[in-house]
Amino acid sequence: MTAQTQSAPRSTASGRAQGGSSLQRIGAMMLRYWYLLRSSWPRLLDLVYWPTVQMVTWGFLQYYIATNAGFFARAGGTFIGAVLLWDILFRGQLGFSISFLEEMWSRNIGNLMMSPLRPLELIAALMVMSLVRLSIGAVPVTFLAIGFFGFNLYGLGFALVAFFFNLMLTSWAIGIFVSGLILRNGMGAENLAWSIMFLFMPLTCVYYPVTTLPVWLQPVAWALPPTYVFEGMRALLIQKAFRGDLMLDALALNVVLFAAGLFGFLKLLQSARRHGSLMQTGE
Amino acid sequence: MAAMPGIPPIAVERLVKIYKTIPAVDGISFTLAPGSITGLLGGNGAGKTTTIATIMGLTTPTSGRVTVLGAEMPRQRYRVLHRMNFESPYVEVPMRLTVRQNLTVFGMLYGVENLRERIAELGQQLDLTDLLDRPTGRLSAGQKTRVSLAKALINHPDVLLLDEPTASLDPDTADWVRAHLEGYCRERQATVLLASHNMAEVERLCERVIIMKRGRIEDDDTPAKLLARYGRRTLEEVFLDVARGSGIASEAAQ
Repeated sequence: MTAQTQSAPRSTASGRAQGGSSLQRIGAMMLRYWYLLRSSWPRLLDLVYWPTVQMVTWGFLQYYIATNAGFFARAGGTFIGAVLLWDILFRGQLGFSISFLEEMWSRNIGNLMMSPLRPLELIAALMVMSLVRLSIGAVPVTFLAIGFFGFNLYGLGFALVAFFFNLMLTSWAIGIFVSGLILRNGMGAENLAWSIMFLFMPLTCVYYPVTTLPVWLQPVAWALPPTYVFEGMRALLIQKAFRGDLMLDALALNVVLFAAGLFGFLKLLQSARRHGSLMQTGE
Repeated sequence: MAAMPGIPPIAVERLVKIYKTIPAVDGISFTLAPGSITGLLGGNGAGKTTTIATIMGLTTPTSGRVTVLGAEMPRQRYRVLHRMNFESPYVEVPMRLTVRQNLTVFGMLYGVENLRERIAELGQQLDLTDLLDRPTGRLSAGQKTRVSLAKALINHPDVLLLDEPTASLDPDTADWVRAHLEGYCRERQATVLLASHNMAEVERLCERVIIMKRGRIEDDDTPAKLLARYGRRTLEEVFLDVARGSGIASEAAQ
């Protein structure tokens, strides 16, 4: 160390902290995640790898069935469509949760909780980053689906916008709640981030109509917003009918689910402050 | 901007923090003067980290009140968080990001003006200029500590909370960090609360020492008065007396 570097800091005009705006803080967090993604090719590869494998596997299965069964030949694209929409739901939640987990893995959450960043700003940044991660992972796969199987997801038009918006709302609601659980309970709850969406897979009837479920389970399925999306997708691909009523029902349920997720997160954060969990981010 | 006149930078009143049934902090009170450096001493489990976490707003008190720069913590924390900062071995800045990226992100979070100049300035002051574009994870322990210190100073905090700021550093780097902290506090009139197990560090930096044991304040005075009262030559000996319950020398004589 030199004598010069040991001297007291000089007074300068730079560095005064004014607290900044909400948008600036959200921007800071997005920049942080972008730096991270940019610096790590395995993270980028991971975004594309699994959706591609899924789509190709189900695409070939669909192709096989379609050439051997009349009904499925008419219902072209329901499997690939379901895979791609499922991926929006799953990857949306995972994108949100993984960005949050990055803070836990890097032991940075204490720094953030002590900074002027508000919890809702952190959530907003995580929501935007889940969109960014989804775009990197899912958009190339949708083009592969066109190339490999002639299935054009974008051909769904406005319906796709409605499907996408509803699925993202659900994925964020679940991601927000799971993040709260991890804040409160530490990394012992990490597995939920990876597995919770698979509970939704059979119940939201991704690959089959709701009527396939036992009668007693059908009300449970109809209580989950993604069920309406997957039913809507089948109606569009098989009956060529856009079911706006299903999308509105999904939206109404999503508003409730999102509010519940947000409320749960804030309550869990409050509980984490009470129990001192924010200082202990291990198991 | 230093603390407002008449408002103590940190005021802790009858603070109690109980985890389930275990009291971590048991009714402590103290007030820090503007521009002062105060040491918080105590063995493991004495309640130092909980006290600091409550001051930072990371935990809510079971009862009692903590105010920082006039804002009640954690309820009004967003009024003052941009004027505070901290460094602790329990948290790290993201290791994959370069030093400059980390300082940029934290500078933006704290709403620092002229951020580029501030980063360049910190780089110069903390001897980090050549390291600014290297990933933080590839730095040595001493260099990482300087990065954490740069993060803690990015917003020119009026209140700085330091938990073991020189833990795991070699004596030269530790001494360098202390010199820089001293300089910063003198220059900015910042108020510092320092938790440390390094008695020499506390003796050198702090004009006041609060000794905690089992969640309570056992003693609170200037280092010189503590040495005189316990009849000891070093703070380490005083600390051992308190930790082992040997008591004050004059009391023992009686």
